Amino acid sequence: MAYFVEQLINGLTLGAIYGLIAIGYTMVYGIIGMINFAHGEIFMIGSFICLLSLMVLGLLGITWVPLALLLTLIIAMILTSMYGWTLERIAYRPLRGSPRLAALITAIGMSIFLQNYVQILQGARVRPMQPLISGGFEIMQSGDYIVSLSYLRLFIWVLTLVLMVAFTLIITRTALGRAQRACEQDRGMAALIGINVDKTISLTFVMGAALASVAGMMFLLSYGVIDFFIGFLAGIKAFTAAVLGGIGSLPGAMLGGLLIGLIEAFWSGYFTVEYKDVAAFAILVLVLIFRPTGLLGKPDIEKV
Amino acid sequence: MSTTGASMSDTAARPLDLPAVVKECGLTALVMFALAVGMVAFYTEDVPGGLEIATRFGAVVAVTLLGFFGRLAIVLLREGRPFPVLVVALPFTVLMLVALLSLNFFDAETAETLKNYLPVGDVVVNWIVVIMAGVFTLRAFWALRHTGASAKTVVDREKAMDNFAARVQRASRFIGPLLLGIAVVFPLLAFFPDSPFVPKVDRRLLDIAILVVTYVMLGWGLNIVVGLAGLLDLGYVAFYAVGAYSYALLATHYDLGFWVCLPFAGLMAATAGIILGFPVLRLRGDYLAIVTLGFGEMIRVILLNWYEFTNGPDGISGIPRPTFFGLPFSRSASDGGETFHGFFGLTYSPIDRIIFMYYVILALALITNLFTLRIRKLPIGRAWEALREDEIACRSLGMNPRNTKLTAFSIGAMFGGFAGSFFATRQGFISPESFTFVESAVILAVVVLGGFGSQIGVVLAAIILIGLPEFFRELQQYRMLAFGAAMVLIMIWRPSGLLAHREPTIRLWRERDGGPPEKTQAAEESA
Repeated sequence: MAYFVEQLINGLTLGAIYGLIAIGYTMVYGIIGMINFAHGEIFMIGSFICLLSLMVLGLLGITWVPLALLLTLIIAMILTSMYGWTLERIAYRPLRGSPRLAALITAIGMSIFLQNYVQILQGARVRPMQPLISGGFEIMQSGDYIVSLSYLRLFIWVLTLVLMVAFTLIITRTALGRAQRACEQDRGMAALIGINVDKTISLTFVMGAALASVAGMMFLLSYGVIDFFIGFLAGIKAFTAAVLGGIGSLPGAMLGGLLIGLIEAFWSGYFTVEYKDVAAFAILVLVLIFRPTGLLGKPDIEKV
Repeated sequence: MSTTGASMSDTAARPLDLPAVVKECGLTALVMFALAVGMVAFYTEDVPGGLEIATRFGAVVAVTLLGFFGRLAIVLLREGRPFPVLVVALPFTVLMLVALLSLNFFDAETAETLKNYLPVGDVVVNWIVVIMAGVFTLRAFWALRHTGASAKTVVDREKAMDNFAARVQRASRFIGPLLLGIAVVFPLLAFFPDSPFVPKVDRRLLDIAILVVTYVMLGWGLNIVVGLAGLLDLGYVAFYAVGAYSYALLATHYDLGFWVCLPFAGLMAATAGIILGFPVLRLRGDYLAIVTLGFGEMIRVILLNWYEFTNGPDGISGIPRPTFFGLPFSRSASDGGETFHGFFGLTYSPIDRIIFMYYVILALALITNLFTLRIRKLPIGRAWEALREDEIACRSLGMNPRNTKLTAFSIGAMFGGFAGSFFATRQGFISPESFTFVESAVILAVVVLGGFGSQIGVVLAAIILIGLPEFFRELQQYRMLAFGAAMVLIMIWRPSGLLAHREPTIRLWRERDGGPPEKTQAAEESA
């Protein structure tokens, strides 16, 4: 039982990270119908910016952890969303309206480009970081086995919750959210009633990148090591999460993220750690074969 | 972007809206600055006991300025004022070019100090800057020469590129045999190492040639799947791996030779293609791509972790080399048998084996090409191409899309398997490291760059993408960066690939009979 609870905690933390990345995939898919394969790289860039920002802040003498984290969060969200914006502007906007595969190949090209860009600029080796938030409290004990909930995990959950609430409010209550939902339904019609479609799409990428940078920070804090290659696997798993939840559906992305995180944690806890990536891919294949619309998605009808 | 379509004479008369121009360039500079602050300004260095932060503020300033002036040049060109661009860009290009080229004439120490005066620390980045400035110079020069001529629209450019590709395709009737002739003759030049009339062919060059031809073969194999059948396969390397491991395992466990295992490896890969393809081939294009990527990674993870079977990350070593009708290319045969040089009464030379390897892969690649060219004319090949164009129409005509796709997928996989077993025998050692997603992406880049379905394009792309970086070792670091950038730029510039051109497979009128030209043209455009 104690072991189960521990895996549950692990899974929920991992799931929060996947869910935040998955929102970026699902939003972009909803609005322009393409798989933004480079989104995992944006997540990776976000976590690098967090590392650099934490170190620079430390150098500047800001060592009070909450303040440093808050500043890092803001800096990383701003700078990473610039990358998201530029990505859309340079690589995707010229291809709007071209075949899906062309857009996907561009996205793969961009992903390779960004990976190597970071490798050249920041080095190929693994970057370690000392844990910033330590400690925790005990929640369960069975025999000698103590399950503790660290403050870091708690911080991640609370932050995810806050972001989800804020994000839901943006989508449902603001003009931007309305514009975005309108573009999702019919871009041509949205343009006719005076919505700036280009701007809305750009802002979608900005929001997705900002959320991915938060996920990058969580990854950095909870694993303590990053390198230029983390975006690939995290990206694929987050995409799996988006598909599992139903691509195009925002609550679905979060739900899918949590499910993928839980599956991965329990798989590595009870079966083998080595094959945990295979489990994620297998889920992707199974979902696509048996329920292509995902758990919360709407069916996609192809018209002639 | 839309203003590029407007004619130059209209825009030239318009006065320059200076605040707007400054705002536009300033915004670009700001974006560049923000991007640079995130990734360029700081980096971490390993020091004993952790990390230390280091800075590159000079590069940030350089990037910001480049953003500003680059955008300014673009705006000025767009507004029909090429003269100031030329005045600035030309001396800049010349100066930088001279500075960069002169670096070669100094000894290492002086060059190192001189490098500090260049705008960016890295030589390659400097070259990129020079090329950018050079492009601006040429564009400005072009605009000055052709004042009043309207700029090309996207449609014009597409048509021009398609004409060019068509010409290349027609010319490939001559280029093909020519390239083939060069490919066949060139390794023989290695036998004249001291002759002054023959270009020097050494072992390194042959190794590079083998690598290039391997990628040509992989590109042709993937072209069946991506180019003909229109299925984007991001996990092609999985079949490459299946072929390589089939041969390696059979050879090391059962002591079988290369030629016996080759068909078997192809068969295994084709079977893998059928098994993997069967459940997923009804998925729509982009989903299929992601799923194949997943399969590629799954096979790699299994190879990595199934230690008893594949020897895990340690890989398999001691894979036997191919023989020439049973004659090995070693100095002496292991069991006292005959060797190649012994049988033909030659003196032993290690390059014989390399040359033999080269001809093996060349033959395999040519078989792939011949197969593709022939099968395109068969009903199944036509069905692939029809399916690529419109799946729903095909289905309503009573075609079975899944089986048709499955044949393309498994045949492509088979050639991947052949190439894989050649890879295993050439290296003599394989490990899961060689079969990562990046490898799939490189093969895909070869196909994309060459133009989907264009056989000659794949050859050119493989020479450029694989051959060139091998010669310029200092560029190795930037190779994948350039791959990614090239994929993006080509998709933006010409989404069907650089040398893609589709001739109609069937014409109602033969070309020399004339026929109604408007109609054939219309048919071509709709294709």
